[in-house]
Amino acid sequence: MGAVTNYIKDITAAVASTFEGMSITFSHLARRPMTIQYPDKIPVPIQETLPHRYRGILEVDLDICTGCLACERDCPITCITIGIDMNKETKQRYFTHFDIDVCKCMYCGLCSEACPTGAIRHSQEFEGASYNPAGLVRHFAPQAQNLYKPKKGGETEPKLIAKVDIGMKYLDEFATPDGGGAAEKE
Amino acid sequence: MQSYLDQLIQDGAFAGVPREVVYAIAMVLTALVVLSVFVAPLAGVTSWLERRVWARMQSRVGPNRVGPQGILQWLADGIKNIMKEDIIPAAADQKLFPLAPYIVFMGFLCSFVVIPFGGNLIVADLNIGILYLLAVTSLVVVGILMAGWASNNKWSLLGGMRSAAQIVSYEIPAGLSILTVVFLAGTLSMQGIIKAQGWAPWDWFMFHNPFTFCAFFLFFTAALAEGNRTPFDIPEAESELVAGYVTEYSGMRFLFFFFAEWGNLYVIGSVATTLFMGGWQVPPVTDNAVLLGILQFVTFFLKAYFWVFVAMWVRATLPRVRVDQLMALCWKYMVPLSFICMLGTIGFMFMSDQGRRIFGALTLGFAIATIINFFRRVGFQFRQAKPELYLKPHI
Repeated sequence: MGAVTNYIKDITAAVASTFEGMSITFSHLARRPMTIQYPDKIPVPIQETLPHRYRGILEVDLDICTGCLACERDCPITCITIGIDMNKETKQRYFTHFDIDVCKCMYCGLCSEACPTGAIRHSQEFEGASYNPAGLVRHFAPQAQNLYKPKKGGETEPKLIAKVDIGMKYLDEFATPDGGGAAEKE
Repeated sequence: MQSYLDQLIQDGAFAGVPREVVYAIAMVLTALVVLSVFVAPLAGVTSWLERRVWARMQSRVGPNRVGPQGILQWLADGIKNIMKEDIIPAAADQKLFPLAPYIVFMGFLCSFVVIPFGGNLIVADLNIGILYLLAVTSLVVVGILMAGWASNNKWSLLGGMRSAAQIVSYEIPAGLSILTVVFLAGTLSMQGIIKAQGWAPWDWFMFHNPFTFCAFFLFFTAALAEGNRTPFDIPEAESELVAGYVTEYSGMRFLFFFFAEWGNLYVIGSVATTLFMGGWQVPPVTDNAVLLGILQFVTFFLKAYFWVFVAMWVRATLPRVRVDQLMALCWKYMVPLSFICMLGTIGFMFMSDQGRRIFGALTLGFAIATIINFFRRVGFQFRQAKPELYLKPHI
C-alpha cells in the first residue's frame, strides 16, 4: 500500500510544484524588468550611477602634479610616460609630455595610491572605444606646463586650494590600500 | 479544396490538362501559400514573442532593437542565417547531412495539411486526420536521428538517439490521450472531432468528464516532449551535449531545425485546441459566411496561441529533466495514467447523459476553481516580492 500512496504523492507533488512555479513566473510579467538599457534609454548618465571607488579610466590634474614620477615608477606595465624638462634661465621645470596609454592600463590603482597629492586618479569614465589604438593614449600635457610646487603652510591661491582638496579627499577616501578613509566614515 | 478543384476541372477552366497535373500544381501552390503566408511569419513571430515572454519572466527586456519593440528580429535572424556559410564537415555523411533538416521540416510542415483553421479553411479534411498527424510528426524523429548520425560526432549521435527514444516513448501517452477524444467523437477526422464539440466550454471534450480533463494535460505534456521543448529538451541539452544533433549545423540548415521547433509549437497548440477545446466553434452570432469564417479563424488562432504561450511559460518555469527522469516520467507515470484516462472515458460512455453532464459540470467547476486559485497564488507571489506594478509590455 505504501508504494501506491508514494506514487500518488509523487504525482500530486509534481502537479503542485509546477502550479506554484508557474504562478511565480507569471507574477514576473507584472514586474518591471531589472535591465538598464545602456546607452540610450537611461534617465541619468551611467557614469553618475557608478560607485565612488569605481576604477575608470585614469585622469590627471596637472595643476597639482608635482612631477615626482612615483606613478611612473609604480606602474607595473609602464603605461604612464612622463617627460620633464627645465628652463635653463628661470630654473623652472616643466612637463614636456604626460601620456597614459589606456590600452595598456589594467586599472590596478597603484599609481593613484602612490601619488602624494592625489593628482592622478581613477575617473568614473569607462567608455574608451576608439577606431585607432593611438587614439586611446591620453595626452594630459598638450603644451608645456609648469610643475606644481607645494607651498609651506598650505596653499594660498583659491583656485588651487579647491584642486588640492579634491586630491587629498581622493587619497583619503579612495586610494588608501585598505580603503580606510571610506570604511572608517561608514 | 479537392471538390473546388473538381468543380473547376468540370467547368473546363484548365482546357484538357490531365487531372493529375492540375492536382499536383494545386498541391505545390497550396504548400507554398501555407508556407510563405502563414507558417514562416508565424514561426518567426513566435520566436520573437518567446524571447520577449521569457525575458519578462526572468526580469529582462528581450530583443527590442529591430523594428518597433524588436518585432522584426526574426527577419534579421533569418537574413543573417541565410547569408552565413553553410558548412558541411568533411567527416560528415555528405548525402544525409544536408538532407536531414528538410526531413525535420517536412515532418512539421506536412501536419498543416490537416489543421482546421476554420469551418472551411482546411487543406484536406482527411478521414484519418489525427492519425495522419501522428504519423507525419513522427517523421521528425527520422530527420533528427539522421542529423545525429550523419554529423559523425558523438554529441550529435547521442542527441539524436535521445530524441528518438524520447519521441517514441511519448507517442504512447499522446496517442492514448488522443484516443479518449476519438472514442467520444467517433471519428478520426479533425473537422469531425470539432463538429462533435460545441462553442461553449461545457461542450468541449476537455470538460466532458474528469478523465478527459486529465488526458488533456497528459497530451499537452507529451506533445511538449515530442516537440523537444524544455523541460524535455535533453536531445539538445547544452550542458551535456553542446547542442545535440544541431552541433555541426550552421547557416540556414541550422535555422531549419529551429524553424520547425517554433512552428511545431503552433501545431501542438492547434491540435490541443482541435481535440479538447472545441476548435473553431463560435456561438451562432452571424449568418454572413465571410464574417463567420474570419470569426472562426480568429477563435481558433487565439485558442491555439494561448497554448503556445503556455509552452513558452512552461519553458521559462521548469528546469530540464535528466534522461532517466524523462523516461521514468513517461513509462512510470504518464503511460499508466493515460491508460486509466482511456478506460475511465470508456466507462463514462456507458453512463447516462444526465449523469455525465453532472461530472462534466464538476470538472468545469474544478477548472474554474483552479484558475481562480492560480491567480490568487500569483497575487500572493507578487505581494511577497513587493515590486512596483509594471504592466506595460516594454520599458
